[in-house]
Amino acid sequence: MAQHKKNRNVGIIGIGQTEYSSHKEHQNQAEMVNEAVRYALEDANLTMDDIDCVVHGNMELFEMVYQPDMWHEIGSGAYGKDEFRVTTGGTTGSSLVCAADNLVASGMYDIVLAIGLEKLQEGHTTGGITNMACPLWFRHIQTGALTGTTASAMIDEFGEERAKKAAMKYRILMDKNACLNPRAHRRFGLDYDQADDLMNTSPQLVGELRLIHMCSQSDGACVMIFASEEKAKELSDKPVWIRDHITVHREETFNIFGFKKPEMTHHYAARKLFERNGVKDPVEYFDVFEMYDPSAWWGPDWLREFLLLEGDEHIKMLEQGDFDIDGKMPVNPSGGVIATNPIGATAMLRPAEAALQVRGDAGKHQIKKEVRHALASGFGGTMWTVLIMLEKYLDW
Amino acid sequence: MASKRVAICAVAQHKNESDMWYKRFQGMLLDVLEDIQAQTGVDFSEEKGVTNIVSCSDDVFDARTISDNAVTDVLGAQYRGEEKIAQEGLNGVGYAMSIILSGYDDLVYLAGHCKESQPESRDMSTNLGYDPFYGRALGLDFTNVAGLQARAYMEKSGLTEEHLAKIVVRARQWAARNPYANATELVEPGEVMASPMLCDPIRRLHAYPVSDGAVAMLLVSEDRAEELTDNPIWITGFANCMDSYFLGDRDLAGNFALRKAAERAYRRAGIKDPKKSIDLVEVMDSYAYQQPMWMEGLGLCEEGKGGRFIDEDGPARYNVNLSGGMLAGNPIMVGGLYRVAEAVLQLKGEAGEHQVSDVNRAVAHSTTGGAGQFHTVVVLER
Repeated sequence: MAQHKKNRNVGIIGIGQTEYSSHKEHQNQAEMVNEAVRYALEDANLTMDDIDCVVHGNMELFEMVYQPDMWHEIGSGAYGKDEFRVTTGGTTGSSLVCAADNLVASGMYDIVLAIGLEKLQEGHTTGGITNMACPLWFRHIQTGALTGTTASAMIDEFGEERAKKAAMKYRILMDKNACLNPRAHRRFGLDYDQADDLMNTSPQLVGELRLIHMCSQSDGACVMIFASEEKAKELSDKPVWIRDHITVHREETFNIFGFKKPEMTHHYAARKLFERNGVKDPVEYFDVFEMYDPSAWWGPDWLREFLLLEGDEHIKMLEQGDFDIDGKMPVNPSGGVIATNPIGATAMLRPAEAALQVRGDAGKHQIKKEVRHALASGFGGTMWTVLIMLEKYLDW
Repeated sequence: MASKRVAICAVAQHKNESDMWYKRFQGMLLDVLEDIQAQTGVDFSEEKGVTNIVSCSDDVFDARTISDNAVTDVLGAQYRGEEKIAQEGLNGVGYAMSIILSGYDDLVYLAGHCKESQPESRDMSTNLGYDPFYGRALGLDFTNVAGLQARAYMEKSGLTEEHLAKIVVRARQWAARNPYANATELVEPGEVMASPMLCDPIRRLHAYPVSDGAVAMLLVSEDRAEELTDNPIWITGFANCMDSYFLGDRDLAGNFALRKAAERAYRRAGIKDPKKSIDLVEVMDSYAYQQPMWMEGLGLCEEGKGGRFIDEDGPARYNVNLSGGMLAGNPIMVGGLYRVAEAVLQLKGEAGEHQVSDVNRAVAHSTTGGAGQFHTVVVLER
């Protein structure tokens, strides 16, 4: 892989988010986009006149709007500007960040505004995803987003009691974080003493994947503004720098050639990204990880892949509280995807929330110690991964 | 060092047909991928091969969510980076260029597909492009908004039925020489003027035929161009531009977005006087009236003089759509990718029977959205 020194550095200089909820009856898609655009411009102290290019993305089939950026123009501010629309499924939000990074670093645009959004209330998410099945080839069945057999695999590997406890500990930790984040969608106020009860009473979706473990369906939009190093330094007191990003896709059919587990894209992406940036020990290096965690089973399982851990290290770290907001390696201080999931925005929320942590502007869910190095992930398609590294200082 | 220039080193086009029932879009993409590999010898190895891919397709036309998820393997994206441009594919050229100019990678494989034959009607798909509250219920789609625009532009520019017929007749003459074109049967002006009315004043032969197709190309940094081709074609200008969504907010007979996009692309390419600098043009003329209208927007025809432009054989002077253009049939999502592929073939001198001489600089154009809401312009040089 050719990896040259970036043509120029790119900083995040503005972040705007709507509140997230299951219903936004008071605004249409364009109005919701407009709300987030205004917040981001306000945050960056800019107007639309300063923006050279707009990047837009969501899951068009969920709301069933063909080329929705054309309609959203009335709220996105793209009138008269260059515009791109990038969509990659669940990873859309983080692909938008990669696209904005490339577009600014290329020298083609100085300031780019990226919009990720979804109004899942207006569509049928599981109906849409189920449509990925093909009656002729390969994938004959697709159970909406409820894919994977991670729960049973973890139970096989770590025993029923330890695995179920770990997943529930992860779930309650995420809810505790979400309760600190006023924009988060689901905030139940769960506590650890409810773990046993929830483990047995929450409705089962697929085996031990229960309703309480599963991510939400949300409405909302997230907007980020990116600028070249020169502009970022001129316009912002605390730009957050994008150091590097990587995207790794894989075919839609799992394991057609036997039973040997292939390397997960998460692991592959982390390995490549850390190698080329000289990160030897990600747990030591990163101060926060905003991870796209669609369920409380996938969350802990994927931490092992992303952080290049082995055996039961990730379970131990979870049990020890290392992933807590004041732990050694805080994960999803925002509450993560289980709390908030407006799909086209979800993967953008990860780098957006990580950048807020780097800036020290996360409010009640701000990590106490200084955050200098942040990692953010996106997930979509069939185990597609995007990983983004953010830095507080231009010193790598 | 990040590259300062980006070249297209190879292009591959799938033949366009109105109903390619016997081949899935995956098969079409595999064909163009193998074509590119045969031309360049490129592979997907981690060291020197393709590690980043830009695709172009559309969920609504493919009738499945995450349309690029169905084609990962035939894009070569297994354990590779892949991003989908969910717009007309010419925008993918601009995005792929940014991946190289940023220093992120020095090789990008770009491929797009669309089968307009898959939905019951493409107008039903584009109807979904209108907001669910007002536009969609009114029954707006890309054909009938083009009808409104055609009437407004014909009034303004003195474009007549005879002119439209002349445009279609010429398109078919060129298409007959293009092995990838769909509608290649020669027609007489009288046939065009008597063809059934689709959406007044647009007649069936004024509208691009329903088409299935796929296009691929390989973009490369200046440093590595030599490895892959003797004949690189440089992308010297790129820009696009968005106009207002509501038809009533726009000057329908004007060219706000295209003028801006062209201005920005020309500036990047260092073009001061397009009339003197451009040897060949491929425009996305999905409807016959659009050919002179977009030529106005590109600054190659006087404002409001589209009728006279056709009388004076403007399209021949600027070598407009020697491929046959959209009127010869390309699908909506990759209409611009076909334009750029044809312009590249002309610049390389590889256009076969429709090759013209002395082409040094070409412009490829595409439009997205109804009645030209969004335009994209690419400048290419030998």
